[in-house]
Amino acid sequence: MSVTVRITQRPERTLRVQAYIPEVIRGLSVTTRQMLRNLFGGKDITTIQYPEVKRRYPERYRGLHRLMHRDDGQVRCVACMCCSTACPANCIHIVAAEHDDNGIEKYPATFVIDELRCIVCGFCVEACPCDAIRMDSGVHVQPFLDRDTAFFDKGELLSRGTASIATQGGTFKGSSHSHH
Amino acid sequence: MFSPIDFAILLLKIGVITLGFALPIGGLLTLYGDRKLSALIQNRVGPNRAKVFGIQSSLLSLPQFVADGIKMLFKEDAMPDNADRFWHFIAPALALLPAITLWAVIPFGDLYCTGTVQVKDYMDVCVGGEQKNYFSIANLDAGLLYVFAISSISVYGAALAGWSTNSKFALIGGLRSTAQMISYEVTMGLSLAGTMLIYGTLNLNEMAQQQGALLGGWLPAWGIVYQPVAFFLFFIAMMAETKRAPFDVPEGESEIVAGYFTEFSALKFGAIQLSEYVGTIFVGALVATIFFGGWQVPFLYGDGFHFGSGGVDIAVPYEGVVALRLVAFIAKTLFFVLLQFMLRWTLPRFRYDQIMNLGWKILLPISIANLVITAIIVLAF
Repeated sequence: MSVTVRITQRPERTLRVQAYIPEVIRGLSVTTRQMLRNLFGGKDITTIQYPEVKRRYPERYRGLHRLMHRDDGQVRCVACMCCSTACPANCIHIVAAEHDDNGIEKYPATFVIDELRCIVCGFCVEACPCDAIRMDSGVHVQPFLDRDTAFFDKGELLSRGTASIATQGGTFKGSSHSHH
Repeated sequence: MFSPIDFAILLLKIGVITLGFALPIGGLLTLYGDRKLSALIQNRVGPNRAKVFGIQSSLLSLPQFVADGIKMLFKEDAMPDNADRFWHFIAPALALLPAITLWAVIPFGDLYCTGTVQVKDYMDVCVGGEQKNYFSIANLDAGLLYVFAISSISVYGAALAGWSTNSKFALIGGLRSTAQMISYEVTMGLSLAGTMLIYGTLNLNEMAQQQGALLGGWLPAWGIVYQPVAFFLFFIAMMAETKRAPFDVPEGESEIVAGYFTEFSALKFGAIQLSEYVGTIFVGALVATIFFGGWQVPFLYGDGFHFGSGGVDIAVPYEGVVALRLVAFIAKTLFFVLLQFMLRWTLPRFRYDQIMNLGWKILLPISIANLVITAIIVLAF
């Protein structure tokens, strides 16, 4: 492999450049043109006026967590602890309880996510075997004025949830839709 | 001789020129010129978040600037432990006072004639009445000397502000500012010496009056026509005096935080900042007065426009002439203020040794040569 040498042309120090004033005027014309261009129409300004105008987040943007619903509105989560185990920030706190329905076995009695600790990595979503936790709410984490408000409990997480189109497993197909 | 009415007029003039023109325009341009214009140049929007009664004006963003000013009033006034309390307290005033006092000699318009105005040899002659000084605070015969004196004093504000805070950054900033101002003071004086020779007066209003003449019957005899080199020298030197970019090493944000006012906060910071912007506007006013005809509107004299050599072409009442001249002066001033802002956002800043080189090795010899050549020409003709 041969070495290629590229010779770059340095700007020459001609009288025009060294006289300084013509170059200053040239520079001024550039800035003035840009200023006037933006003053009348703002063609080059790409700023999005955030609270009034919102940018659409990409489809796979990881926003606030939400817990998905079963067809009858119950929480899909079966308290398997996969998400809280996978969580590198230890921000998911689940207390499991026994479900009356033998087909479901377990459900989370409490499901709390500390959004201040969450690093928004999405590992919990990856770990979940039954499409119960998702981060596709499209809502970014808001600033909290009080630490207590950063703990999102099951109700709050469910309020953003919807029914999932994925079918959930279990041997007792019919009984998984029963009410309690 | 000095009646209560004269005194009332004097107070009114001081109030209108300093509180009504210099400070508000200074404050406005501080924020509007520097933050909003720079944003437009750099494809940004600039500050526009402040709302008044839910109304957000994104175009002018004036509420934002009012909010910034109010915020500055209520900020904590922090003082370093080992600061010299007295000079720390006095320094911002020493910076702001000369900047305001300079405005005393700037003529916003010609002397007001209470009689009838006749035009003779491109000059207004007042017949049958008094000439009242309504448009400048003081019609000093030593106007230009006064400007030199006061603008030199303003270095005390920067030097003391830098020294009194017991901060190394501030001290370096103060020293740099002192060195820079002394270096460029020389060029400033020498570049204007040429115009003094041509006008034969130090009175700024008389300078403006003389610039009403027409060279060859069509070219306004503005100072820049006689002294183009002096204009460039003076403009550069005055920009260095006001410590604005590209001559902003005394503030050197990238090296010494904020230079001599690093340790100032709240209204003291505001006063120093404001003094610089008022200085910027003063440069605009002075350049307009000496090199661009001051309040003169080309071809406009006391009784109307004279385009040819004979008589009035478009008659304008005297009050209209006065108003037009006032507008012309303010427009010229603001143009040069805008030019300074644009230069600031166009040029990269100089290194410190480059500033000294430019001042002593380039500008000073050119200004001396300019003075000598001007003197020879004035002597010859």
